Amino acid sequence: LEASSATVTGGRSVLERSPAARLPDQALKWGLSGLAALILIIIAYFFIRLIGQSGTVFSHYGLSFVLRNDWDTSRNIYHGAALLVGTLVTSAIALVIGLPVAVASAIFLNEMCPRRARGILTVLVDLLAAVPSVVYGLWGVFVLAPKLLPVEKWVASTFSFIPWIGGGTPTLYNYFIAGLILAIMILPIVSAIAREVIATVPAEHKEAALALGATRWEMIRMAVIPYSRSGITGGAMLGLGRALGETIAVVLVIGNAPVIGHHIFNQGYSLAAVIANEFGEAQGIHVSALFAAGLVLFVLTLIVNIIARWFVNRSTHGRRGTGGTGVTLAPAGDA
Amino acid sequence: MSALTSLPSISPRRRRTDRIMRGLLAALTIVALIPLVLVIYYLLKKGLGAWSGSFFTTDPTGAFFGNPGGVRSAILGSLEIVALATLIAVPIGIGVALYLTEYGKDHWFASTVRYFVDVMTGVPSIMFGLFIYIVLVKAHIGGNFTGWKASVAISLLMLPIVIRSSEVVLLLVPDSLREAALALGAPRWRVLSKIVLPTAAPGLLTGALLAVARGMGETAPLLFTVGTAFGLTGNLGSQMNTLPFQIYTDIQSPRSAIVTRAWGAGLTLVLLVLILNITARAIARRSRVA
Repeated sequence: LEASSATVTGGRSVLERSPAARLPDQALKWGLSGLAALILIIIAYFFIRLIGQSGTVFSHYGLSFVLRNDWDTSRNIYHGAALLVGTLVTSAIALVIGLPVAVASAIFLNEMCPRRARGILTVLVDLLAAVPSVVYGLWGVFVLAPKLLPVEKWVASTFSFIPWIGGGTPTLYNYFIAGLILAIMILPIVSAIAREVIATVPAEHKEAALALGATRWEMIRMAVIPYSRSGITGGAMLGLGRALGETIAVVLVIGNAPVIGHHIFNQGYSLAAVIANEFGEAQGIHVSALFAAGLVLFVLTLIVNIIARWFVNRSTHGRRGTGGTGVTLAPAGDA
Repeated sequence: MSALTSLPSISPRRRRTDRIMRGLLAALTIVALIPLVLVIYYLLKKGLGAWSGSFFTTDPTGAFFGNPGGVRSAILGSLEIVALATLIAVPIGIGVALYLTEYGKDHWFASTVRYFVDVMTGVPSIMFGLFIYIVLVKAHIGGNFTGWKASVAISLLMLPIVIRSSEVVLLLVPDSLREAALALGAPRWRVLSKIVLPTAAPGLLTGALLAVARGMGETAPLLFTVGTAFGLTGNLGSQMNTLPFQIYTDIQSPRSAIVTRAWGAGLTLVLLVLILNITARAIARRSRVA
């Protein structure tokens, strides 16, 4: 874009702007770069401050903070294994329930749905993400938990031979209710990414399968799913990251008891829930313990997200953005 | 297709599997929508009853007995806090997106920023609340708990949404437009301000509105930033009441009148968020690039 010929005295091109005229451009470029750097600085700064704040607890308890289970605020003892277990169990339940539904809906919307219904159904699935988590919590506390309690009791007594599901007495609030609500909350995210990934399956693959005599389902099983498996894995992990960190809906329906439940209808606690619930009245080392819980949660979600992004980026083949609008610009030669 | 299905080579077993699996996929899609229907049904059933004449014109009294009051201060607080958060997040977010599309492109620094913005999307919202608590509340910068600190926490949450949606839209602005302007001798900043941004404006607005909708409904960043207040205040420098926080505390009340208020406030919040979402989608559909 710079003209290299036709120079005037002083070696400057006739077409080139004077240094003063180039100032706004330089300022804009560096200003915008500064904003971008700000994002990285904020993340790094937060990480450092969080480590600093929770240092007291980690130097005091070491790894036993997450490995031992004894969270007792009255004795000022903070071993948070129950919190970690609660976070992992509820997120696992969310994935087991949410992932099949999300992937099935994505396949249905992309491969089978009549064109006219597709738009409205897609918007409806997306709207699941628009409902605030506190409203899911409200619904969970007053509708879902009481209505499901008889069902849970029936399941627990009928299938008492299945470990972790049967045998115990379900409590009103428990891992399962929290996991179920999390499943609803991650559904739109996983579904959106799965839709995006499935849309990248080349039509040739699908047509080839059909031309070889495959039925619709066989085409989906042999052409669509293998091609989009890694992207769907990434989407599932993004959903997992969301489920791990969800706070408000979980704190309302998990029971908030610092114990490790013996089956999924037992009450428990989660890392995010303990912060939300106890931060208000915490003092001294308790505060530090809550920050430490936050640090564990932060690292956990960070790892899950980093792996998830790797999968998603790999499977969208260099396309950027979400919503199937990945258009990459050719380098413009400037800057 | 009709020729394909009439081929004799497809055995009844394969055809049955096909039918069952297709039915299953359709059924699971319906299952996915059941929660939305149920949540909206119960919100309308229990929330509309709470919408009396004084619901939107009185503040919560905070008293355990007697009239619990309405949600006026919560609505005002939510709108103000989210408005300030938008003023912070949208300009910065669009700025970073401009850097990514116009300058950074595939440079390693831009890729790093893009990656961490993606990662930031996955950071739990409560972490932003903790962050602001550590940096602004605990350090007693400009008071203890204040409305504007909640705005900062929510703006951090909105930032990655704004950046990613803006980047997608800016990438859709045709290169030919940029090149035409540059060829006419326009400096970069004029190309950005007069060509790129106006062309992408509807799409940028869509992304901003979706981020606002997300910020409006978040409770966790408010927990340790905004404090608790019942009365009506427009002062972002003081503790404020907000819709999500009021719902959160009302849910935990043993009194049914207060729980009813939570349903009414929940319905109000969902309506606000839905309006923002639908407006955003309508703008996206009508714009040339989105």
